[in-house]
Amino acid sequence: MKTKKIFTYLIVALLSFTLLAGCSPKAPTDQPAADVVKIGGNFELTGGVAEFGKKGENGAKLAIKEANEAGGVLGMQIEYVGADNKSEAGESTAATTKLATQDEVIGIIGPMTSGNTLAAIPVITEYGIPLVTPTGTNSTLTVTEAGALNDWVFRACFIDPFQGEVAANFAMDTLGATKAALVIDQKGDYAKGLAASFKETFEKAGKEIVASEQYVAGQDTDFRAILTNIKNKQPDIIFIPGYYNEVGMIIKQARDAKIDVAILGGDGWGTGPIVDIAGKEAMNNTYYVDHVAADDPALADFAAAFKAEYNQDADSFAALGYDAAKLLIAAIEKAGSTDKEAIRVALETMSGFAGISGDINVDSATHNPQKSASILKFVDGEKIFAARVDPK
Amino acid sequence: MGSVSDLIIQQIINGISLGSIYALIALGYTMVYGIIQLINFAHGDIMMVGAYIGWFCTTTLMLSFIPALIIAMFFTALLGMLIERIAYKPLRHATRLAVLITAIGVSFFLEYGGILILTPQTRTFPEVFPQTVYEFGNITFKYGDVVIILTTVILMAILTLVVKYSRVGKAMRAVSFDKEAASLMGINVDNTISATFAIGSSLAAAAGVLIGVYFNTINPLMGIMPGLKAFVAAVLGGIGIIPGAMVGGLVMGLVESFVSGIGFSTWRDAAAFFILIIVLIVKPTGLLGKNIREKV
Repeated sequence: MKTKKIFTYLIVALLSFTLLAGCSPKAPTDQPAADVVKIGGNFELTGGVAEFGKKGENGAKLAIKEANEAGGVLGMQIEYVGADNKSEAGESTAATTKLATQDEVIGIIGPMTSGNTLAAIPVITEYGIPLVTPTGTNSTLTVTEAGALNDWVFRACFIDPFQGEVAANFAMDTLGATKAALVIDQKGDYAKGLAASFKETFEKAGKEIVASEQYVAGQDTDFRAILTNIKNKQPDIIFIPGYYNEVGMIIKQARDAKIDVAILGGDGWGTGPIVDIAGKEAMNNTYYVDHVAADDPALADFAAAFKAEYNQDADSFAALGYDAAKLLIAAIEKAGSTDKEAIRVALETMSGFAGISGDINVDSATHNPQKSASILKFVDGEKIFAARVDPK
Repeated sequence: MGSVSDLIIQQIINGISLGSIYALIALGYTMVYGIIQLINFAHGDIMMVGAYIGWFCTTTLMLSFIPALIIAMFFTALLGMLIERIAYKPLRHATRLAVLITAIGVSFFLEYGGILILTPQTRTFPEVFPQTVYEFGNITFKYGDVVIILTTVILMAILTLVVKYSRVGKAMRAVSFDKEAASLMGINVDNTISATFAIGSSLAAAAGVLIGVYFNTINPLMGIMPGLKAFVAAVLGGIGIIPGAMVGGLVMGLVESFVSGIGFSTWRDAAAFFILIIVLIVKPTGLLGKNIREKV
């Protein structure tokens, strides 16, 4: 019994030492060889969302290759160091640690998903490395729920609720809507966030939300009862900010019930077989908000270069990976040095950066870019670029 | 649109169409319960397998609706019998709780086996019948609604005839009344139970194909919610009583439509399960149940 107690004290003492060790000043970071700038990439190269990660990394690599061909940055060539986070949060922390300590990169691009980005934040904050996530849309990445700014985190994409604002503006300005109906997935934060910002923007402009109906994603297949209600309220447009599976069924059933008004949604529509579920006919007169449109004329050069380099079609993940890398390189250029703090400040005050997914102005209070969003329209089952909507 | 009566008629149509599907699934619950007092929680997942067989027939084999329906019903009937032989028959003399827990196990096996083999990806049916929409003033219904209601009515009529007049049907009624006396009269109880599972499973398969064709999407977990709702329908009508399942299914469909219709879409599922609680408190034998059916 007594030996056990002594043993416990010993362990506590030992653990306290390791804590103290953690506080000790970090070893001075050696500057990498003077003629090369190291940029790290933390991407989902294997695992569940490997498709996102591979496209994003290819986009980032293309940006770096183009920059090197144009003479590099600050007269130095850029060296890209990749790390695979295996689509897992724990591996993302490990990959970031490797990039920070072994490779000593001065900036990191990636990860693509919000969860993996969240897992990288403690490491980049400890080592003071600016990180630009291409597609991490969760608002808490840059500003925590307590309202504190994560100094070292930036992103190339807009955040989720912004899509609701864009959809509302598009509905009012382009489609001339005055009465909207909402169909909301009551389980999803994504859908609720988009619906709330749509409602706020729409009502602020003096327009009316005539119906707000709920469903449960993953469970419901019959939406006729709520659609009958909506039809009765005669809205000009219906906003359904859900994921493709339910949205496809809702659109099909809405068209069957002879609801012919325009239907709008967010980027959750774009990643799945929505057209197969709803049918080509039913998808006519529907629109959704996305980061980029593959056939946006502004993207043509990038899409061609991407195809030539990787023999793959560019998508929004590739475009935002490209923009994230470009943004980081532009910040290094603007900072005029490879000092990480200077790069951070340059990112924080970045304005008028011309990305292929839209011009980016970083809001220094939130680190969220203010940029345009694309509206895509379905015509006979094909997604077609309809408009770019600028932030107001 | 506008007039309230139109709105009500539209919701009644929605409710009957949805309720027909619940009724088809509820029949399987109620028949199995009637004969071996087992709530077969795998029943909703058997419906899912039926939907996948129907999907395979219409996509890969390019069959039309009726052959796909019949093939799905046939193979799902075999699956139902197989499950009974493997999972439930060895427990014939065990406690009812043991069989019930086995049923939950079979349910998980089918759900996650389905995810393993078929992947969780949602599949879509091709258009197997015309997408015509009929309009009467402001009221609309689809060709698919007609197919659902007709198929249900035909299958229920056949079932009623089988149970009332065929040898198997008579044997089923005898076994559900008194298993031991039936076996003393020379009825093969095991075969009769198998037949019950086969019929119940094939009705579930029909419901699965109808859901798949009508709503156009199927996935390995699609059986959970309709299965639970149909269970409530079976209890509501009086579990073990075949006409009760039909009535219970329709009532459930109508209640759901009206709860959503008066603007409480969030409360729809809650209303369905609230009915279950009320029935169990007020009239545990269900709408069509006789008050005392104690067997000696």
